[in-house]
Amino acid sequence: MIQDTAAPVARSRRFANHVGRLMKLYPLLFIGFALLLTVILVGVIGSRFMDPDLSRAGSTPLDIAPSREYLLGTDSMGRDVLAVMLRGTPLTLQVGFMAATIGMGIGIVLGFVGGFYGGIVDTVFKGLADILITIPALLILVVVAVSLTGPVSINVQALVIASVSWMLPTRTIRAQVLTMRERAYVSVAELSGANRFEIIFLEILPNLLPYLAASFAATVAIAILTTVGMDALGLGPQNVPTLGNTVYWALFYSAPLRGLYWWWAPPIITLGVVFIGLYLITAGLDKIANPRLRSHG
Amino acid sequence: MTTSYVLKRLGVFLLVMWGAATFSFFLPRIADVNPIEERMAQLASRGAVSVGNTEAMIKNFEKRFGLDKPLAEQYVRYLWNTARFDFGFSIAFFPTSVGSIIREALPWTIVLLTVVTFMNFTIGVLLGAVLAWPRAPAFVKVVAPPFMGLSAIPYYLIGIGLIYLFAFSWQIFPISGGYNIGSTPQWSSAFLWDAVRHSILPAASIVLSGIGFWAIGMRGMMTMTMGEDYMLLAESKGLKGWRLFIWYGMRNAMLPQITALALSLGHIVSGAILVEVVFSYPGIGGMLVQAIRNFDFTLLYGIVYLTILGIAIATLILDLTYPRLDPRITYAKG
Repeated sequence: MIQDTAAPVARSRRFANHVGRLMKLYPLLFIGFALLLTVILVGVIGSRFMDPDLSRAGSTPLDIAPSREYLLGTDSMGRDVLAVMLRGTPLTLQVGFMAATIGMGIGIVLGFVGGFYGGIVDTVFKGLADILITIPALLILVVVAVSLTGPVSINVQALVIASVSWMLPTRTIRAQVLTMRERAYVSVAELSGANRFEIIFLEILPNLLPYLAASFAATVAIAILTTVGMDALGLGPQNVPTLGNTVYWALFYSAPLRGLYWWWAPPIITLGVVFIGLYLITAGLDKIANPRLRSHG
Repeated sequence: MTTSYVLKRLGVFLLVMWGAATFSFFLPRIADVNPIEERMAQLASRGAVSVGNTEAMIKNFEKRFGLDKPLAEQYVRYLWNTARFDFGFSIAFFPTSVGSIIREALPWTIVLLTVVTFMNFTIGVLLGAVLAWPRAPAFVKVVAPPFMGLSAIPYYLIGIGLIYLFAFSWQIFPISGGYNIGSTPQWSSAFLWDAVRHSILPAASIVLSGIGFWAIGMRGMMTMTMGEDYMLLAESKGLKGWRLFIWYGMRNAMLPQITALALSLGHIVSGAILVEVVFSYPGIGGMLVQAIRNFDFTLLYGIVYLTILGIAIATLILDLTYPRLDPRITYAKG
């Protein structure tokens, strides 16, 4: 009777229990989410309290060690490192997520079309993905970026990275769709008169969600890796302080050899936290999607 | 393995190389960047243009690429030259040829990366196998997680940390370069020792970040292998632990790792671009960055083409040998 009147409370408690059980089952997944969320929140909230002008060159004295006034010190271009980090972290994550979202979208379309319909279209998509995935994305991007006239914007960079981020999702999704198509429940749906779109969106897609999520997390990690690599080579956007750009300038001014640890260490530590977070999320989601991996830790 | 399978693989290989050459032919023409003009502008801004040299250079390039000829003819000529590894002259270091610049840089990268790749493979695979082994000593479980964490971080970022600690703070190893400034590359023991000392930090940064990658893959495969019926059978036959571990467990779990090893050997040329940048190492990666900074398109395309060639050859060899390594796979229909 008490349960009846307190149904919503019970439901929310059941939900909390459910989450608690999941946390116990997949602790690494939650640590991964926590790491990533921390970085995002610090970037988003912190940048509201920080004067963005301090991330412009020449706004502070040069090479000051961390102090009360400049918590993370200043660099050789006269920028407050904390302001640079708070502005740069969301930008780098933004490029990674944008590129991965577009790449994932392409991958879902190509993977589903290829896996579900087969035929010559499938052969072409699969062949192209198989070949392109072996070539380091950074090399293609170096050639493209050098050929672009004028400075690159954040959005252009995201688009360019997206153009080399669709192969992994295409391959994983296609392989999954191929096995899903043969499952009994798809045959049942077919026999009961569902059309192809219903089968794809109502039967196959929901079952693929953990795979899609894992694949997305992995794609985000690769996209961030690529954008940081481009930036560190000096091929990224020049006028915005992304994390890779910060690494580039720190190297340009030989910060590691001048003891300016407060300049090169923050972007590296932030990127380390982001990459480890994304890795834990990918591994955790993989375990949910593929129970065979569960047997050991 | 049938003839049609081999021919198909060869076809894919040629297709990739043709695609790479075509890409590097058309991209600058679409992009509307004139590499020679860019270079001239750059030189002019440094006040270093010598007129005679410039004119000789422009003439040479126009003649070489047949820029006055129709596009189709330029394209065929380009493909023919690329197939013979003739990439022409470097724009920035005219009249040095791209081929000779690459020949000088290549050994540095290949030696460093080959040694490092095999080190990563051996340590990583052993560590991963031991991690999945129920009777493994306890300290392994403590040693492993840091490497797994490091494997998520790009190796050049680890390299920056290593420079700060070992070259700046403690001054144990040299800061950058492949050898001491002032000495010239030669086959003397003093020079070799110098080169080894310079290569330790770049190598360490790749190894620190690489071991975890191999260990994670091997642990997964080993875990699956441990569940196989033949492991249970072998154990109940009373075979010794090490024999189970090496000949029943690792031998079978290693196949995908060998595939990955072959692929990563293909990536040797491109694998350490940013590490070489961080350490100013005189290899291909360092050359690539110079080419980018100097708008040296001929050098850039030469390096990219060779890198893709390395990967394509590794993939081809792998495709042709894999059916022999793993008898369970047949390519009868492939």
